[in-house]
Amino acid sequence: MPGPDLLSSQGLRLDGRRPNELRRIRCKLGVFAQPDGSAYLEQGNTKVLAAVYGPHQASKSKSLQDGVVVNCQYSMATFSTGERKNHPRGDRKSQEMSMHLRQALTAAIKTELYPRSQIDIYVEVLQADGGAYCASVNAATLALIDAGIPLRAYACACSASMAWRNGQPEPLLDVGHVEEAAGGVVLTVASLPSTGSIGLIEMSHRLHMDYFDVVLSRAMQGCKDIEVILDRAVREHLAEGWTKQDVVVI
Amino acid sequence: MWTTKTFLTKTKRGNIIKIVREHYLRDDLLCGSAACNTCPHRDDELVLDSKPESICALFDYPHYLILDTNVVLHQIDVLEEDALQNVIILQTVLEEVKHQNTAIFQRLLEVIGNRKRKFFSFVNEHHKDTYVERNPGEKANDRNDRAIRKASAWYESHLSINGAVGQSPKVVLLTDDENNRKLAQEEGIVCCSVKDYVENVTNFVGLIDKLSKNVIPESVAKDALYPAHLTPAQIHTGVRNGKLHQGTFRASRYNFLEGTASVNGYEKPILLQGHIGINRAVDGDSVAIEIFPEEEWRRPSDIVLEDKADDPGDLLEEEGVLLSTAKPVDKSDDEITPTGKVVGIIRRKWRQYCGILMPSQLPGATRHLFTPAEKCIPRVRIETRQSHVLASQRILVALDSWPRNSRYPLGHFVRALGPIGDKDAENEVILLEHDVPHARFSEAVLSCLPPDDWTIPDEEIKKRVDLRSEIICSVDPPGCTDIDDALHAKTIPGQTADGLDKYEVGVHIADVTYFVRPNTALDKEAASRSTTVYLVDRRIDMVPELLSSNLCSLRGGEERLAFSCVWEIDENANILNTKFHKSVIKSASAMTYEEAQIAIDDKSRKDKIVSSLRILNALAKKLKKKRLDNGALLLASPEIRFQVDSETHDPVEVEAKKIMDTNSMVEEFMLLANTSVAQRLAAEFPQSALLRRHPAPPPANFAAFLKAAKQQGFELDVSTNKSFSASLDKAVIPGRPFFNTLLRIMATRCMQQAQYFSSGTKAFEEYYHYGLACPIYTHFTSPIRRYADVIVHRLLAASIGCDATHAELLDTRAANALCDNLNYRHRQAQYAGRASVALNTHILFNQRVEIDAAVVLSVKRNALQVLIPKYGLEGPLYLPSDKFIYNEEEHTQTCDAVVLKTFDELTVRLSLDSTNLQHRKLLIQLVKPHIPGFSYEEGQEQTDKQTKAQAMEVIEIEDDTPEVKDPKKRKEKPVHKGNKKKSKK
Repeated sequence: MPGPDLLSSQGLRLDGRRPNELRRIRCKLGVFAQPDGSAYLEQGNTKVLAAVYGPHQASKSKSLQDGVVVNCQYSMATFSTGERKNHPRGDRKSQEMSMHLRQALTAAIKTELYPRSQIDIYVEVLQADGGAYCASVNAATLALIDAGIPLRAYACACSASMAWRNGQPEPLLDVGHVEEAAGGVVLTVASLPSTGSIGLIEMSHRLHMDYFDVVLSRAMQGCKDIEVILDRAVREHLAEGWTKQDVVVI
Repeated sequence: MWTTKTFLTKTKRGNIIKIVREHYLRDDLLCGSAACNTCPHRDDELVLDSKPESICALFDYPHYLILDTNVVLHQIDVLEEDALQNVIILQTVLEEVKHQNTAIFQRLLEVIGNRKRKFFSFVNEHHKDTYVERNPGEKANDRNDRAIRKASAWYESHLSINGAVGQSPKVVLLTDDENNRKLAQEEGIVCCSVKDYVENVTNFVGLIDKLSKNVIPESVAKDALYPAHLTPAQIHTGVRNGKLHQGTFRASRYNFLEGTASVNGYEKPILLQGHIGINRAVDGDSVAIEIFPEEEWRRPSDIVLEDKADDPGDLLEEEGVLLSTAKPVDKSDDEITPTGKVVGIIRRKWRQYCGILMPSQLPGATRHLFTPAEKCIPRVRIETRQSHVLASQRILVALDSWPRNSRYPLGHFVRALGPIGDKDAENEVILLEHDVPHARFSEAVLSCLPPDDWTIPDEEIKKRVDLRSEIICSVDPPGCTDIDDALHAKTIPGQTADGLDKYEVGVHIADVTYFVRPNTALDKEAASRSTTVYLVDRRIDMVPELLSSNLCSLRGGEERLAFSCVWEIDENANILNTKFHKSVIKSASAMTYEEAQIAIDDKSRKDKIVSSLRILNALAKKLKKKRLDNGALLLASPEIRFQVDSETHDPVEVEAKKIMDTNSMVEEFMLLANTSVAQRLAAEFPQSALLRRHPAPPPANFAAFLKAAKQQGFELDVSTNKSFSASLDKAVIPGRPFFNTLLRIMATRCMQQAQYFSSGTKAFEEYYHYGLACPIYTHFTSPIRRYADVIVHRLLAASIGCDATHAELLDTRAANALCDNLNYRHRQAQYAGRASVALNTHILFNQRVEIDAAVVLSVKRNALQVLIPKYGLEGPLYLPSDKFIYNEEEHTQTCDAVVLKTFDELTVRLSLDSTNLQHRKLLIQLVKPHIPGFSYEEGQEQTDKQTKAQAMEVIEIEDDTPEVKDPKKRKEKPVHKGNKKKSKK
């Protein structure tokens, strides 16, 4: 299990982060005018655009009596990876990602407020460098907020992995592509940090029970850290938007 | 917290993909110096002294050292000495070293980890002030040199910012690259070459000797003796387009100017001859070979060439003798071998070598030759000023380089092992040459041990099955202190459906895993040692003595923790059910095989211990019969035992081992326990159970053996182990009782090596154990002296729910890596044991000469391999080719009327030949049948000397023959250890 050395003897990761540090996150709300809500998010070199339409009337076949239908579409730009991608959307992997996105976001949206309605969420990965799913969830949350859709809490996603230092297990937060490719376990968690509930949890390899708790708690801690960053971005955006609106109206 | 500055590193590889990686630069990295008061150090993070003492006369002010990558790679032996302290290892250097040589990297980490050495590793690559980006067009090496210079400059200014002027320590950059030194000086960095620095170090005698010799670039052609090697790029293209071949170079033991290398696509190994043909390859190196056109192919020479004893200087001597004899006389000769030459070295496999120094004849000279103990390693030129001291010592030497203009490779002295001929020094040589870890247990390991006066805590007793009331006893060889198994047996009420009596039989194994917990320092040390190594007069323990000889040892009359395997067995030795549990036992008696045998035979004794022994003995016989009926092989190996003088530890007598019924009794139950456990594990852990398999030998292995048996009139059927076993039983010559044993000894030589493996890596059919004829097998019964058993104990404990599993236990890959190490250590331990037997045989025969009966094991071109049954010794009896005619077809040697063939019985004279100090060997001379002018005759000193001389002339065959594989057992405690006994290779 102790794969290649993901942690140096000084306790730094390959890219210079410490085990409990996130990658640099930069984000912006309201990047497009056409959709009801949109957001752009960078997590290290992973870059994601999200757009939200709705809520609007659901088509007959899909509509639900007791809540809103959340429709997600995940796609990766052909130029998002090192080698050109041929199927930007609709392949198995994208379909699976779409399903997972829906699961995490449905948990956050107050679905009961919009019966017989539909919300469309489109996520486009512009550059993939590990943790594309996490970045997608975080960007979609921002886009939903931008669209003004009521949420129970921020939905944040973060991944964690396992490394060893001096024979001691040390979980790594926010796994990048290099660390993912090293072959260790990657635990992805989408949660509502303020309530502590988990919307989705997925693990890529086998991990011994003894270490599961430490890895999970590190991933949950990461979600909390991301929530702080997203919350700050939302507040800045709103403050900025408020003044702009004033200028236009007066 | 962290700076959010992103740098992009672009690399290209393979089919050219752009890779963009993040690179975070930080401002919270520490400089590690006590002279700095800006970095927020905690006390334990201060590695470097505030006022480092200067040990070098060139720099008399306090300073830190910064090393460049090549200094670390070449001078690791200097760094490992205690002399240099207050050294800064940059991350740039660390990573380059890791990339180039993992072995040196590990040694460097060891040095850094030792706090007394004051080595600090500074993460310059992620520090915001010391990171340098690669300039367009700049080579990676130049960029790294620049990074090292930048870090040096940063340290200099960082330390001077706060300290008073002239007070703060300076930084000295050590580099052997002249260009780098020039650039550094321009930038105002103090720098120096390692040689200059070390030569001016005061107070450390011998440090200079450890200096590695500088490598002269391959391109320098001045005075070159050897052709240049190709560059890695040239080799790569050459191998790819099929012009060159890659192989591992194996030097010949008899002829230092000849070697072979096996390459793909050629059935025979490629022959490499002469200085130029071998071109500085050393045994074990991975080399690139160019194969000559077929007209130039030769056959291996059959002459012996030893390197001259005196130092001829840097000259290559005449190779004419070799080359002319090797010329093929006739083209159809089937010994003609593809021939080629080494054109490049792909990877050196150099390690440290034991040997002796041959001081130069010139007084006061510092350059000397070193002769390694290993015959296939060339002599090494080293520089030392202590030659007068070292001349009488066994020493360890590391190879550094082999420049084109030097006849011998260059090396440096590492350490002295002790006086030549001294028992401890010789043992040390055996251990080092077989890579047996034998250092004393470290503090970290010892701290994992329970206190000396440890007793079983009450809560532990509650968790276990209490068997203290059972009459349990252990049976072992005399003098055994690591008792890891005990037995009990009793009748239980009731009968089976067929009306047979029922017995309960238990095997109790020391519960080592209670003390050796996973992932502790103790566990890691035991895993790396893998096995206890038994030398004749010394035991190198796998776990510290407190455990091996006391707390884990199931001594008589003391309460001990055990892992028990308990069966219900009927009278006919059919198993009715099996239970595994952890238990507490109190052994009633620790007996020797002999005592147990006497007790069983003594009709007057009727106590409980004896009755349980009788039950065990009766059941064991039935078990054994069943096993043999199944096709298990009963093989034999010459076993000897030294009686060691209690004072000097010198062997005083050697004898063949006696085997009694009780040996076999203990063995049968150990086998039964091992198989029961193996079945359980394979069912519970299909991916990660640790098992032991023994593959069936390929038919080709038997060819010579079958031919020899046929000469004696026996057709052996080797198609399956069952038929083989049956035909071995039938091959008996009345009046020659030893003949059958001899056959079995020889059959052992045809076997493959048994090996550990992880169940996830093999198909079920491959689990088969050929020697024991059982479909599945493992080692469970000796956790004190084998690490495999420790793992098996943990797996079994997890499967019965009395211990938690841990991650590595369930990981197939980790288990596989572990098995590789176990197999390697196991093999090395056996070889080391055999080397120790050889050493002690030499000591035994130092003062004596004997005449004994011997049997011919095999017939070689220039010798007979003979076995002396009395001692279980075996060795070559050289036959001069002018007297004897060798018949290749029939494998016989003929001299006039005397025909010598396999299985013949001879009388030989044994004595010790000490003419070569490093390779002393037993000299075996023929006494009967008498051959005039060759056989040894009483009172004919003349003849004696003559024969001796002849024997020296011919090829020494002693260690090279495949016979090296036989398991000559000499362990204190061997016989009942499961399949060790029979199928071991």
